[in-house]
Amino acid sequence: MAIFADKSNKVLVQGATGHQGIFHIGAMKEFGTNVVAGVTPGKGGQEIEGVPIFNNVFDGVSETGANTSLVLVPARFAKDAVFEALDAGIKTLVVITENIPFHDAMEFVHYSKYKGAVLIGPNCPGIASPGKTKIGILPGQIFKEGHVGVASRSGTLTYEIVNSLTEKDIGQSTCVGLGGDPIIGTTFIDSLNAFEKDKDTKAVVLVGEIGGTAEEEAAEHITKHISKPVFAFVAGRTAPPGKRMGHAGAIIARGKGTAASKIKAFEKAGVKLAKFPTDIADLVEKYG
Amino acid sequence: MKLFEYRGKELFDKYGISVPKGRLVKNEKDFSGLNFPFVLKAQVPIGGRGKAGGIKSAENLKDAKENFSQIMGMDIKGYKVRKVLAEEKVNIRKELYLSITLDRSKRMSLIMASGEGGMDIESVPDEKIFKEWVNPLIGIQSFHIRGIVSKLGLEKEEGKEVAKVISKIYKLFREYDCELVEINPLIIKKDGGVMALDSKVNINDDAMYRHTDIEPEVVELTPLEKDAKEKGIAFIQLEGNIGVIANGAGLTMATLDALTHYEGKGGVFLDLGGTDDPEKVKQAFELMKKAKPKVIFLNLFGGITRCDSVAKGVKAVITKEGIDCPVITRIKGCNEEQAKDILKDAGLITGTTLQDAAQKSSDLAR
Repeated sequence: MAIFADKSNKVLVQGATGHQGIFHIGAMKEFGTNVVAGVTPGKGGQEIEGVPIFNNVFDGVSETGANTSLVLVPARFAKDAVFEALDAGIKTLVVITENIPFHDAMEFVHYSKYKGAVLIGPNCPGIASPGKTKIGILPGQIFKEGHVGVASRSGTLTYEIVNSLTEKDIGQSTCVGLGGDPIIGTTFIDSLNAFEKDKDTKAVVLVGEIGGTAEEEAAEHITKHISKPVFAFVAGRTAPPGKRMGHAGAIIARGKGTAASKIKAFEKAGVKLAKFPTDIADLVEKYG
Repeated sequence: MKLFEYRGKELFDKYGISVPKGRLVKNEKDFSGLNFPFVLKAQVPIGGRGKAGGIKSAENLKDAKENFSQIMGMDIKGYKVRKVLAEEKVNIRKELYLSITLDRSKRMSLIMASGEGGMDIESVPDEKIFKEWVNPLIGIQSFHIRGIVSKLGLEKEEGKEVAKVISKIYKLFREYDCELVEINPLIIKKDGGVMALDSKVNINDDAMYRHTDIEPEVVELTPLEKDAKEKGIAFIQLEGNIGVIANGAGLTMATLDALTHYEGKGGVFLDLGGTDDPEKVKQAFELMKKAKPKVIFLNLFGGITRCDSVAKGVKAVITKEGIDCPVITRIKGCNEEQAKDILKDAGLITGTTLQDAAQKSSDLAR
């Protein structure tokens, strides 16, 4: 088993004919992903890496049975692309696109919930369940099949941590890049719940960073609902304070959001923390 | 993008929220047509200007001239005052706090209001700040507004006026893709009526393309920042003397954490993002050289980015132009072995692990 993505995902790529689309259709197929369709309005009828291209998602879904979409379209077209996919019946969406206006993200995240779909991202590297599938732009060579689940808010830092796990022969059940934006569809809590249920996952690694209160909420959730061991790395212990959003930001945060607050919350929840990203591998060694 | 107060108020006016009569003043001539007493307010994109002396009232022309010359050009937390807003004074009966922002956890717009606005709102206890969350799929409804207004302790007519303001700022918040619309204080005037005495409006940078009527604020950049921006390289300037080139925001932060652990101090940070284009790497190194760090620390993880391609860019700069400070590199990932050979060939020190490289960099920078 794995979470959110496995052999049953039939992937359609929105924004298939761009530079990124072509490259990653190839890379996903090499990983073993079942890529069944691509969509670029006006470019229907072509083939990329043997994958048929359609003018719209509805056609792609009805012709190929696609149930998953990888969204690579530019930011200003992303909301439209996600709405189209949801209306066409897509049940799993991975939105890679960065710089999407957050009001757009807020709308499509709620619409995806209304439609009962799982939406990962935006501004994320995607998801990989080694030995099964990879939906996104994560580098395929760093993964190894195994029993550690990884959920992360960061991109390259995730690759770094996963790579250090694999180097120590510690495999992963699923690695999910949640995305770095203020509004994301799938959170630490969603991932923790899924990993808790997944019988192939023996331990969970969370990669957090400063800003927002996702880590604090995850810590509270772990105390109440998660029985599997959880490990974490939090980036930004020494980063200069970022931008503040008026008084409103301070009222919501009430002292949360800093690395110190996140680390304290995790420690209180019994989560073991790594000082350096690559130390995670030493902590989880026995669960590999 | 944070709008200056006067520009936020222009938007308020556009949405029918009343603001004091006022105008930007560039020199003393601009005072004509305003009735005394009025208030002179420094226009800076940061809070706390009142405490810094950036807000002064004027009872007469002599006051006005004196205070204007004090405020114009003063430095408030690193921002030089280049614009001053003059506004007629209003008689205040009650000060409220009102804002709409984003609740990241609930992924909804959050309306907050308090009957105790004006003063230090951040020290007002949670139970005196009333909140309503608006799901974007339904938008603002009367029940949200009633939920807040009923708790503010207002008279009936005042409540009706405040309700109108809430629905107007929600409209502004959504239509202009705002991260924040804040009015502190929103006042009830002595002669009745509701007015916004201040404005904080932040527009989401990612949505600026669809708000072509909003001129971007002119931001003053240092020459290095300008250079980086033109080349599309993310750049952060800190106090320390170790220049860091890394890829990805998370890895950049983790690198800074590692340096701090070994008592090193990060200086200029360059984030290459997802590129392995040797030309871009070359530009980043050239930029870094201009910042004159004591040590350069190159920390890369190659996922899709190919390490050897980055290494070629580094080697090209160093063999062609030389470099007058030690360069520590730590490279992992895609084509890492080839990259290490290229860098060794260029005479650079390669660290084995992040810890090792961070320690070497910190030691050399002392």
